[in-house]
Amino acid sequence: MSEIKKIKNLKEFSTSADRFEGANLLCPGCAHSIIVREVLNATNDDLVLAASTGCLEVCTAVYPYTSWDASWIHIGFENGSTAVAGAEAMYKALKTKGRLKQPDRNPKFVAFGGDGASYDIGFQWISGCFERGHNMMYVVLDNEVYANTGGQRSSSTPIGSSATTSPAGRVSYGEKQNKKDMMAIMAAHGAPYVAQVSPNKWKDMVKKIQHGMAVEGPVFINAVSACTTEWKFAPEDTMAITDLATDSLVFPLYEIINGTELNITYRPKNVVPVEEYLAAQGRFKHLFKDEYKYLIKEWQERVDAKWDYLQRREEARV
Amino acid sequence: MAFDKMELRDIEVWDGNFAAAQALRQVQIDVVAAYPITPSTPIVEGYAKFLADGYVEGEFVMVESEHAAMSGCIGASAAGGRVATATSSQGFALMVETLYQASGMRLPIILNVVNRALAAPLNVNGDHSDMYLGRDSGWIQLDAYCPQDAYDLNFIAFRVAEDHDVRLPCMVHQDGFMTSHTAQGVKTLTDDQAYGFVGDFKPMNDMLDFDHPVTHGVQTEEDWHFEHKARQHNDLMTKVMPKVQAAFDDFEKLTGRKYNIVESYDMDDADVTVVCLGTSVETAREVAKEMRAKGIKAGVVGIRVFRPFPFEEIKAALKNVKAIAVLDRSSPNGAPGALFNEIAGALYNTEGRALLSGYVYGLGGRDLTKKHLVDLYTELQANVDAGRVTTPLQQFIGVRGPKLSFL
Repeated sequence: MSEIKKIKNLKEFSTSADRFEGANLLCPGCAHSIIVREVLNATNDDLVLAASTGCLEVCTAVYPYTSWDASWIHIGFENGSTAVAGAEAMYKALKTKGRLKQPDRNPKFVAFGGDGASYDIGFQWISGCFERGHNMMYVVLDNEVYANTGGQRSSSTPIGSSATTSPAGRVSYGEKQNKKDMMAIMAAHGAPYVAQVSPNKWKDMVKKIQHGMAVEGPVFINAVSACTTEWKFAPEDTMAITDLATDSLVFPLYEIINGTELNITYRPKNVVPVEEYLAAQGRFKHLFKDEYKYLIKEWQERVDAKWDYLQRREEARV
Repeated sequence: MAFDKMELRDIEVWDGNFAAAQALRQVQIDVVAAYPITPSTPIVEGYAKFLADGYVEGEFVMVESEHAAMSGCIGASAAGGRVATATSSQGFALMVETLYQASGMRLPIILNVVNRALAAPLNVNGDHSDMYLGRDSGWIQLDAYCPQDAYDLNFIAFRVAEDHDVRLPCMVHQDGFMTSHTAQGVKTLTDDQAYGFVGDFKPMNDMLDFDHPVTHGVQTEEDWHFEHKARQHNDLMTKVMPKVQAAFDDFEKLTGRKYNIVESYDMDDADVTVVCLGTSVETAREVAKEMRAKGIKAGVVGIRVFRPFPFEEIKAALKNVKAIAVLDRSSPNGAPGALFNEIAGALYNTEGRALLSGYVYGLGGRDLTKKHLVDLYTELQANVDAGRVTTPLQQFIGVRGPKLSFL
């Protein structure tokens, strides 16, 4: 059994041995690299990593360079989960057969994918991995849009967002469908651990990643990843926007253990109105026209209802 | 080792599927990631049963689609161990994206493809439509004509694919039902002989070597992509055939069974020949013998290694022949047949330039009868006598309705 890494403070955390190099091609202000670093730095154990096709992949493994100082694989858009599941199966096989080169290690198997790769095209592959119970962690870098290909809507794109394939226009307020609830779907797989995380709440994130790495079986992590390019905010505001996301409860931080036990892990002291979160991003700019203001009201009601639901679930312990 | 060896008789009565499953057991596959599809399913069912009975040690990952099957195989192979799976038809079609990824990442995965028609209309029987989906995917493709071949060629496949000078995935093709479900006598290797022939898996760039982290599946654009693809092609063109030949030679020493990159039967003095794949090779051999009794010097050329394409070996095999029929068991869909084009390309710059005609047959499992082949050889002899192709370039044989021909 591997030891859980002890982290005293942010300074130590941010300077601990880094297996994801700062030398990468991600946009200035992209939250992906912050999230990946926080996930990787949560453990000292060896890592077998995968990335689905997307921003993270195209920006970190451009031949002849790599940003990864750990075993890493990319196959395609839809199968990052199964890539790691295959590697995990080989690990088990070679362990049984006594052929591991370093049999004393405790590798962790982690796949990263964007919301497009996870909520949409790779959904079946993730579901298969979770149903089979591979000992792996799947992390969604959820920026609510196909950012790598220029901002098309995914099933994670929220109502009212202007995406290139659901643009706001003279007679449209943009995306018409509500965001898919992947947390509930993955919890329904009976996964031992499902959690939503945000890079601004790094202690909460580390705790969850460490919990996820300690349990046996498939773990699902949905990470809020503010996208400076597609959400349309200044690169230096990534953390401010992320604070608004968690403090408005648009992205509530919680975990679901064994598919039933729900715990809220962050309760903002001062809950920020959803309107402030929306107003800070260009993708929602059109909602502030008079004819669409009702959508902002509806959005607040949805967030309130979800928060209420989460609290009731937490209380009920079912 | 924590598994039991299996005592086999010198000759077992196996169909092609079970023969392939036995080969996978004997080489002690580490990971099989698979999804069932007719007619290849019994291969992975066989492996699952061997695992359940303690005759093999490894991980059997029963995934949710063929795409995931090959994805899992890629992850497992990159992790560093012996990997195989099986599929057919629609499943093979669903896998196609990952076939290119497996070969581009230079992972020695073995895929048993039990050839079957492609929908629509849906059909579960054998033809070669699916195997051509793998034609340009950068895999080695070996072709079995009978259960014995399906068994033997798996050992050849592992030996060649896992060679560090090759590091390319390999398919072993067999005809759906006609080979996969037809039981014949299969001469066996003992478990020790079989494993000894293939040897221990030697990992390279394995993700589970934590002291040497490797990045697999990188991005390359116009600055490097061409070089990567060119190197892969170069290795297919220059490195694979010598390794296949060496494996065939060693296999002959071990078993007495001789395989060739191109299989020639009665070709020394043949005037007319058919070129084909799969079970049809055996039917054609029967008929060629009978044609010789009638005074027609008939031969047969079977393709054993379809990729890399045996350009030189085909030229040599067909050097002195006067008329050739290329048999395509797949719908050409708006062109001369896939195999026809390959043979035509190989022969174009040769001096002999035999009279070439193409025949499309057997789609969706329709039988190729001896009568078809008798007629075909007779037509070829007529071409020889006339000194030109007397028939249309492309004819359909064994299809109902008015005679169908083109070109």
